[in-house]
Amino acid sequence: MGLNQRTALDLIESVKRGKINSSDIIKDVLKRIKDVDSKINAFAHLNSAEDLFKNAEGKKSGRLAGIPVALKDNLCENDRLTTCSSKILSGFKPPYSATVVKKLEDEGAIILGKTNMDEFAFGSSCETSCYGTTRNPWDTKRIPGGSSGGSAAAVAADEAVMALGSDTGGSIRQPAALCGVVGMKPTYGRVSRYGLIAFASSLDQIGPITKDVSDCALLLSVISGHDESDSTSADMPVPDYTDFLGSEIRGMRAGVPKEYFVEGSDPEVEKSVRKAIETFRGMGVEIVELDLPHTKYAVGTYYIIASAEASSNLSRFDGVQYGHRSSSSKDIIDLYSATRSEGFGDEAKRRIMLGAYVLSSGYYDAYYLKASKVRTKIKEDFDNAFKKCDVILTPTSPTPAFKAGEKMNDPLNMYLSDVYTIPANLAGIPAVSVPCGFTKSGLPIGLQIIAQAFREDNIIKAAHAFEVTAKCNNRKPDLG
Amino acid sequence: MGYAINIGLEVHLQLSTKSKVFCRCSTKFGSEPNSQACPVCLGLPGSLPVLNEEAFRYSIKAAIALNCKIAEVIKFDRKNYYYPDLPKNFQISQYDKPVAQNGILTIKTKGGLKDIRIKRVHLEEDAGKLFHKGGYSLVDYNRAGTPLLEIVSEPDLTSPDDTYEYLTSLKAVLRYLGISDCNMEEGSLRCDANISLREESSEGLGVKTELKNMNSFKGVRNALEYEAKRQASLLEDEEKISQETRLWNEEKGVTLSMRGKEEAHDYRYFPEPDLMPFTVDKVMVNHIKEGLPELPMARQARFISEYKIPEYDASVLIQEKEIADFFEKAIKKHDNPKGVANWMMGDITAILNASNISITQTSLLPENLARMVKMVDSGAISVKIAKAILPDMVKSGGRPDELVEKKGLAQISSKGELEEIISKVMAENDESVSDYRSGKKNALTFLVGQVMKATRGKANPGMVNEILLSKLN
Amino acid sequence: MDISIDSVRNVAKLARLKLSDRELEFFAGQLAIILEYIDQLKKVDTSGVEPTSHVLPIQNVFRKDSTGSSLTQSDVLKNTASSEGGLFKVPRVVEES
Repeated sequence: MGLNQRTALDLIESVKRGKINSSDIIKDVLKRIKDVDSKINAFAHLNSAEDLFKNAEGKKSGRLAGIPVALKDNLCENDRLTTCSSKILSGFKPPYSATVVKKLEDEGAIILGKTNMDEFAFGSSCETSCYGTTRNPWDTKRIPGGSSGGSAAAVAADEAVMALGSDTGGSIRQPAALCGVVGMKPTYGRVSRYGLIAFASSLDQIGPITKDVSDCALLLSVISGHDESDSTSADMPVPDYTDFLGSEIRGMRAGVPKEYFVEGSDPEVEKSVRKAIETFRGMGVEIVELDLPHTKYAVGTYYIIASAEASSNLSRFDGVQYGHRSSSSKDIIDLYSATRSEGFGDEAKRRIMLGAYVLSSGYYDAYYLKASKVRTKIKEDFDNAFKKCDVILTPTSPTPAFKAGEKMNDPLNMYLSDVYTIPANLAGIPAVSVPCGFTKSGLPIGLQIIAQAFREDNIIKAAHAFEVTAKCNNRKPDLG
Repeated sequence: MGYAINIGLEVHLQLSTKSKVFCRCSTKFGSEPNSQACPVCLGLPGSLPVLNEEAFRYSIKAAIALNCKIAEVIKFDRKNYYYPDLPKNFQISQYDKPVAQNGILTIKTKGGLKDIRIKRVHLEEDAGKLFHKGGYSLVDYNRAGTPLLEIVSEPDLTSPDDTYEYLTSLKAVLRYLGISDCNMEEGSLRCDANISLREESSEGLGVKTELKNMNSFKGVRNALEYEAKRQASLLEDEEKISQETRLWNEEKGVTLSMRGKEEAHDYRYFPEPDLMPFTVDKVMVNHIKEGLPELPMARQARFISEYKIPEYDASVLIQEKEIADFFEKAIKKHDNPKGVANWMMGDITAILNASNISITQTSLLPENLARMVKMVDSGAISVKIAKAILPDMVKSGGRPDELVEKKGLAQISSKGELEEIISKVMAENDESVSDYRSGKKNALTFLVGQVMKATRGKANPGMVNEILLSKLN
Repeated sequence: MDISIDSVRNVAKLARLKLSDRELEFFAGQLAIILEYIDQLKKVDTSGVEPTSHVLPIQNVFRKDSTGSSLTQSDVLKNTASSEGGLFKVPRVVEES
């Protein structure tokens, strides 16, 4: 087995015992990228082999000593291309690094490069990137999910040991589910957003995408924590989440909300998730029926709030300081509109316009304010639910990976891919997707485990116990 | 027909914190372009703001001094518009929950004291600076992110003179608080004015114009005077006043319509998601209140009643806190408030203005000024000699008695010495002596002058008069 | 919920996007579908409900007033397409017509 196929915890153990060193891992990872990335297109920017090997030299200390980690293309890294897979940021090399990038480096990780994503994280299929579509390693005719599709595909295809993604409405969990890997969106405020190129500031969180729950716990422990540069980051102690691995979960209460098992879901997905729930019952977990009555309004609420924030966050891309600048501008207004029209893809334009519309004079109350109030109701649903349970179990995505191009001209249908992941973002609570089975045709299915704010420990306990018992992640995609 | 004027002011004030409002870049003025900027104030993708505690405290200070109601919950909002001096193409500002609202600033007008209502006080970030060249423009972001306090008045000002007075009073208050330089010429205080005219008998406000581009208090007054006349003549001709923004042209002394900028802006305000809300508790407000200095109006009243100086003198002395502080220190050493006031308002102000410095930047000490006034009062030196040594005291900080001695300027008050000089002068000017004795009394002045000339001004004038008279009569 | 071509044109202008007539029509159609879907929020009774802008109950996050290092001028300018004498260079600034 190539080193690239092993988990970080496993590799770190071997590095510590002096059996292998970081360069050996890099070598196997680079070989794998060379062999399969032409089929997958997981990477937007790959650091040069020379740089990687140089960086790997002597990396022996730190919790991620010598481990190559891939970053989503929206995490700023000093003097390295960071482009949100958008033409408008072409050539952009930030003069600073995101807090999470510094944390990774402080723990000895090697940054491999940037993974492909839906442009500005707008999408659920990784098809809106200016670098072309990323393919699902389990079936390259299909999409990997999005927007952190490159990160999920890279980990699934063993092109990276672990990766970071960002999740605004499901952008870590949905691709993790569709690629058969583990992906977690932490509590809002758990991980610093400083240096994450914002999509929707009140919803965005950075999180780990890993081969198993143990690595997820490890990477989460490294990236979590208060940051003085992020006013929305929580000043709370960070446990070592790997301490919760192997915990007994007998007596834990798991809620199953009926609103997540409705028409429109793929029957194979539902069957697999129901089976996972039975596995939990078998482990002594008490299963509780739940009501989350405002679930059906989550997608609408999300598209108003997320687009509004995005329209404002993305107004800075105007060609003045960085990125693409239209070459044919007679005056400043022309520079703005030409640069932005040339630089943004259709989905970005759609969301920017939707966001400007819901904030515009005369519509603010009906849309933005209304959505902010419905958000309160959705949050209250969860507050009430967690009086009855410790975790909530749902499907991550209503369907397994769909075919490339299938939903490109049907934005609303695409938005509905995130119907089960969006509520956790609106409520700011943590959620993971763990593999819970495969369809008959061999596509992975994900189980979502949601917990209360700052109770990632419960997620790790439940997810790890499930992983160990259900043994759903022992297959690898066949990429020839 | 008579028209009543209504003027409202929107004042923007750069707060004199060390660092910017949302990042740690320096607020220093005059550095190399784009050398005082970081990912946050440049609005680089991924950067996030964190509020400067001091900027927040300064805002609360100002709000308390302006008698405002401090909000229980303060939040920031994004004001979205595109302009190249605005790095993010939105400004972090405040919309519906500003720092404070409903305040009062009392000003002096010809008709007595008047309360001007303050509508709101809010904190926001400044933009960068734009330089317009021929066919293009250049942008410097050093200023971007400097804390800016916006103070909006109700349209309670009824004349350009009152407006000038409002600005002067506002500046005095803010400078007392030590939260801003308030220098309009350097741009640390900026001011836009709304002005409308209405028939004196009518209740509601007329159509207003917004005036921009004034860069001194006098400029504000002149622009308003011009605009009031312009609007009045339009009204008299029964022409319509259009609601518009007009730019003050200092050189030509006119306001000109800023054509084309009249499209209604749609700023799409919404709560800034990157900043959490802020609350101000009573403990903080009380703590700030206790730390506030005596404010200018109160100080003026105290100067008049406690030191018995004229209202005019008091109003001049209290304008700058340093001057008022200096004055009080000096009169503690020598109890002649009017005498000290005269020196401060006269020669000292002239010296400060000539080199454009403040009193704290000089070497003049209050106790030395007190000594000097005391020497004049006791007749140890003449006013002329005092005037001669004052520039040295300001420049190098010496004591007046030492300076007088060093320069050999001590007054001649010895009777014997003076009698000798006077006898000599009388002998040299026998014509004037006989003139005086024959009744031409003004010959005395000439003789005194000759004595002073002979002593290079050092003779004690009182004694010279006395001795001369006794010798002449 | 329908959205007129004029509304889309206005929103595109607010967002500084230059769209052709064909694009305006294309986006108007898609936005109409999305807005129609969003309109179901009207069914939620939100009377007396406070809006949520932040999910965490954090407030009063401050930074001390101390200066730190800025970027160098060359780092500030290194990503721009056009600069002159240490300043960003942009085409003529004209007021909106």
